[in-house]
Amino acid sequence: MTGTLLKIRRRMSNIFVYALLITLGVLWVLPIVYLVYTAFRVTPSTGIINTLFPDDLRLGVSNFSRLLGDTMFLRWLRNTLLVAVSSCALTTVFILMVSYALSRLRFRLRRPIMNVLLVLGMFPGFMSMIAVYFILKAMGLTNSLLALVMVYSGGAALSYYICKGFFDTVPRAMEEAAILDGASQPIVFWKIIMPMAKPIIVYTILTSFISPWCDFIFVNTIISDRAKYTVALGLYKMINAEKNSFNDNFTTFCAGALVVGAIIVTLFMSMQKYYVEGITAGAVKG
Amino acid sequence: MEKGISKRKPNVFKRLFFAFKNGSYATRLSFLVMGFGQIVRGQLVKGVAYFLFQTAFALYTILFGGRYIGHLFSGDLGRRVSGEQWNEALQIFEKVSGDNSFLILLYGVVSLVITCVFLVVWAMNVFGSRENDLRLERGQSLSDFRMDVRSLLNEKFYIPLLILPFIGLLVFTVMPLIFMVLIAFTNYDYAHTPPGKLFDWVGFDNFRSMFSLANGAGFALVFLRVLLWTFVWAFFATFTNYFLGLVIALLIHKKGIRLKALWRTLFVVAIAIPQFVTLLLMQKILDGDGILNKILGTNILWLADQRYFSLLPRLMIILVNIWIGVPYTLLMCSGILLNVPADYYEAARIDGASAVQIFFKITLPYMMHITAPYLITQFVGNINNFNVIWLLTGGGPVDNVYYGGGSQAQSTDLLVTWLYRLTTDRNPKYNVASVIGIVIFVISAVLSLITFNRASATKSEDAFQ
Repeated sequence: MTGTLLKIRRRMSNIFVYALLITLGVLWVLPIVYLVYTAFRVTPSTGIINTLFPDDLRLGVSNFSRLLGDTMFLRWLRNTLLVAVSSCALTTVFILMVSYALSRLRFRLRRPIMNVLLVLGMFPGFMSMIAVYFILKAMGLTNSLLALVMVYSGGAALSYYICKGFFDTVPRAMEEAAILDGASQPIVFWKIIMPMAKPIIVYTILTSFISPWCDFIFVNTIISDRAKYTVALGLYKMINAEKNSFNDNFTTFCAGALVVGAIIVTLFMSMQKYYVEGITAGAVKG
Repeated sequence: MEKGISKRKPNVFKRLFFAFKNGSYATRLSFLVMGFGQIVRGQLVKGVAYFLFQTAFALYTILFGGRYIGHLFSGDLGRRVSGEQWNEALQIFEKVSGDNSFLILLYGVVSLVITCVFLVVWAMNVFGSRENDLRLERGQSLSDFRMDVRSLLNEKFYIPLLILPFIGLLVFTVMPLIFMVLIAFTNYDYAHTPPGKLFDWVGFDNFRSMFSLANGAGFALVFLRVLLWTFVWAFFATFTNYFLGLVIALLIHKKGIRLKALWRTLFVVAIAIPQFVTLLLMQKILDGDGILNKILGTNILWLADQRYFSLLPRLMIILVNIWIGVPYTLLMCSGILLNVPADYYEAARIDGASAVQIFFKITLPYMMHITAPYLITQFVGNINNFNVIWLLTGGGPVDNVYYGGGSQAQSTDLLVTWLYRLTTDRNPKYNVASVIGIVIFVISAVLSLITFNRASATKSEDAFQ
């Protein structure tokens, strides 16, 4: 008797959970559906898009052809890819180097350095943006993608702690054995620690690759030449530059956003496992 | 092995003093000519490198930096205003290019940092030479270039590892920060913008006007309102995300629920759309003549209603933030939930605990224990969460009753968005922005210190190991 009752109760509660999940799921997916729908929507150029269903219900790829034809989207995409790949490589290498040094090596300034990095990381980045701009200008680097790479990876050392937390958990026995066998520190770093640190490396690569795709604030101050924009700034300007640009360009904007989204989704989904490991490694260690 | 050496050396100044007092003539000379102590002992590469470094620094100081260091220490940010000046002899107005306070200060800071780097290398040079003295006294051989390289790859491996990241940090974080902190003590605003106008030191005036109530001149009330909202926002943003994420993760992980991966993916897809896109999209959806009003047939200003201290926009911001943030916490929580030791649940079930009891007595404490540092970092992150506010409301709606007064703050402004507006507005007030930046720093610093103390306290505590 109680067995079946329990079963019914469990089934009831499961139905309730499903209902909840479906409702929430719809809420989360709806804006994305709206984005996709708008990207494929065919609207007359003067049309106002603030209606749920336009007079012209047809779908098509005209927004994408406009995106490729009328805007510099492909160029922005290329710029972003260039910046993302190089800054991601630099950032990852920097973070790995700093975390390895702070986690595995022992030297007199280790503690002070960790404290200084902690303190530096607490100033809001925007605060120094103008000064960064003028330093770049003095170096003759404004309006160049190199400047972006330098700015994105220049502060890499500040986000060492997740990676360091991970290195701290790798047991020391193996590297001690290797050092006894005469291996130098670079060998230990490269041959022993790196292979074990795969999840955290992938996590670092993923996060540092994605951030240039989303930043439009720094790009906006450093770069004014339209041909040097990254996708984020290009898309942002597309609907915010002038008073009418929203109504004129919103569907094109959605098409562009969809392309960027697709790139990040693919990347993210294929590496989701590592991402979770990264977050939790950082969370456990603090 | 090197523990003995790394234990407590006397401080740098004492060491320098003794290096001069007890050192050989070569060491004493390397106080003046860098690399001397190395070159006379046959360490050519090192010595020449030191010497070249000194030469380069000397050239830099004479040709460029020295002037700006002088400006910095004499507190002089330029006197000659550029513009037109009456030339008595020629009886005409002449265009004069004057000083640029901004560049004087910036180059001053840059030169100062370069000088500090120089001093460090200089001290290294002296100590290196002194080390040579000691080795010779003890009858040991000196290290040659190959040995130096080898030591850089072994016990001094941290130097090659840290040097590049630190140069990046110095140029793109430290120098700009020192500069902007100094700006807080000047009157650099739209009325004093170089070139054309000069700005000057004003001591603590900016702090005084930020925290005082003097009629019209003080921003104290505005500041408190912005601060309060910053905290309210950070609190709600952090905890709504955390608890909803946790609850959804629990729902997905509930026994008997199928297609777990599908459900997770459904939410996680939201992460993949860049934040600025979702935010712009939401802003347009919630706009006065946006699509939500069209659907509901209403005329509500979701993001711009000023009534009740802009209650509606504030609520909407937190709601939209839930949409953006929950997938992240969901991902994290579901990662951690898989790791809750199964025997805790087992034991609880045997003792006849209900699902609710299990949640509050086991799951929640376990999660809190593991994610407490994450929560506080999130909280600090939300204090500085620029994107959500800026893209949704832009800090607005404008409210001249409670904000205004020349503060340029708006009703849903956080400290960061206020700072950003102050630096990008048509009438920028860089000095006030810098003061806000310093305030943000102090808040984040205090909170992070609490976290780190807590984290180190829990490290020794093994409640869940």
